Amino acid sequence: MNSEERKPADISVTLSGLRLDNPIIPASGTFGFGEEFAKLYDINVLGSFSFKGTTREKRFGNPTPRIAECTGGMLNSVGLANPGIDEVIEHELPALKKIFRKPVVANISGFSIDEYVYNCERIDKEEQVGIIEVNISCPNVHDGGMAFGTSAKAAAEVTRAVKAVTTKPVYMKLSPNVTDITEIAKACEEAGADGLSLINTLMGMRIDLKTGRHILANKTGGLSGPCIFPLAVRMVYQVYDAVKIPIIGMGGVSTARDVIELMYAGATAVQVGAANLVDPYVCPKIIEELPKLCEELKIEKLTDIIGKTHNI
Amino acid sequence: MKKDFMQTAVIVSNDRIAKATYEMKLNCDASAITAPGQFINIDVPGFFLRRPISVCDAEDRSLTIIYKVVGKGTLAMSQMSAGEELNILTGLGNGFDPERAKDGALLVGGGCGVAPLYMLARKLVGKNKSVRVVLGFNTKDEVFLEQEFLDLNDVYEFGCEGFEGEKPEVKVTITTVDGSYGVKGFVTDAIAQIYGSAKKTNNEKTYEEGNAIDADDPIGTKGTAPHGMSEMKVPYYYACGPLPMLKALKKSVGNHGELSLEERMGCGFGACVGCSVKTTKGFKKVCADGPVFPAGEVLEET
Repeated sequence: MNSEERKPADISVTLSGLRLDNPIIPASGTFGFGEEFAKLYDINVLGSFSFKGTTREKRFGNPTPRIAECTGGMLNSVGLANPGIDEVIEHELPALKKIFRKPVVANISGFSIDEYVYNCERIDKEEQVGIIEVNISCPNVHDGGMAFGTSAKAAAEVTRAVKAVTTKPVYMKLSPNVTDITEIAKACEEAGADGLSLINTLMGMRIDLKTGRHILANKTGGLSGPCIFPLAVRMVYQVYDAVKIPIIGMGGVSTARDVIELMYAGATAVQVGAANLVDPYVCPKIIEELPKLCEELKIEKLTDIIGKTHNI
Repeated sequence: MKKDFMQTAVIVSNDRIAKATYEMKLNCDASAITAPGQFINIDVPGFFLRRPISVCDAEDRSLTIIYKVVGKGTLAMSQMSAGEELNILTGLGNGFDPERAKDGALLVGGGCGVAPLYMLARKLVGKNKSVRVVLGFNTKDEVFLEQEFLDLNDVYEFGCEGFEGEKPEVKVTITTVDGSYGVKGFVTDAIAQIYGSAKKTNNEKTYEEGNAIDADDPIGTKGTAPHGMSEMKVPYYYACGPLPMLKALKKSVGNHGELSLEERMGCGFGACVGCSVKTTKGFKKVCADGPVFPAGEVLEET
């Protein structure tokens, strides 16, 4: 065997100047603040991770039940349950520092532009934060969340307001629950977004046939899991065509093959969401598998394939 | 958590033990189950989310669960055979604390909630503590584990090492809603009979007297126990069962015990925050902070 020719593939990627050892980022809401997973493996193997969506106030979230299943995926109506930004800054981030030494993606939510501004301005000052991911696409809260992500004008307003008070790269997390995601993507880019994260969950519903009632107390919930993957590929592909800023792709990713596919479509990095909940080791497995898969597919540098399908 | 957190378990047996109720014995490393009331989360082939099922008993390489067929996932489980493999996450949740019962204990189970009480009873008897088990079912066909609980009377020899005193005793009372077996009614009815009538011998109020309607509180909404039952002397209790049962129990016997809660879960290990519950000590996750909570901290009416 010639070791010279068998140099392992370079799987590092760069997001707005931030170099990641690999493109794998557990998605917000499926990884807490890392603590549960740090008990299972060294989470420093991750490219980064996106912590639980944080709002100004502490939130219980929606009433339970707020989890339902479907073929190839799940619905959640958690509704941004989180300890609130004070607690996140005072307790979660210091605890996180002990288990994760890389920059994290800070996922921030809000119910008004003022709240987005307040939360982003505060989180921007935290040294552990590498990227601010602004969630304008939560389908599970009323009077906020997705309302900002389904209107190009509102999405641009949030982007502009947040950019005015932050120094770190701002990625807007987009909703798939729109007629044309490229319009929203372009509006965010024009308003100064450094990048885009897509897709958030799709709004769905399940009904219990025994009772005729909704399974979720909130009636609707966000659909995630492998069943949404082709939709994510299509949307990442479309957005890649529409904008120049980098894309963090996500939606039903659960294998190294999915990662490569989403990168072909146009993602620079890839988030893994619901898969973490059923296989807590899925991210390290993907990271281990990636160089082998690159070799099999004759990919020398992972960054070479970003958006490659557009040029074939 | 350790390496054995996720493992492959081999099905040793999978038998119907009551109406729509199955007992599955698994061969796996059961060492992560350190307290009764913990659960495992099972990857059922063909389904996205795992099925969280409480552990009925665990020792060495033997892990027993009892589950009810309530949907497609548990139906698929019921159709699996010995020799087949299941991927499980084990050692989940906190479990009951057998140390909290000083003398004897009252164990209250409803439906499938009966299962985790078996390991708890075994642990309590092993610590020379007498156990009163009250199990509630809808009807006779659903009753399970009665004999297994009674058999615990024979497992531990009187006068085991370091023990002085009376042999611990396991007494079992079954209730059925339709009266087809045991005491007719709910677990709370049986508990009122047991602990209410016991007082009669102590020259205290009889259950019936104690049950007299309080003129100031005709529907018994004041205080912890309706109809004067608050004076029932109930030992430290442990309960697992449907929410209405837990609420009724808490109301009738008070907060001197532990309640195991159930909620629809995404992950089972604290990551998704799907199964949150409001407690007197803030928002908690049923899967990771529970499923067992001090009775005084949960199901407080607001």
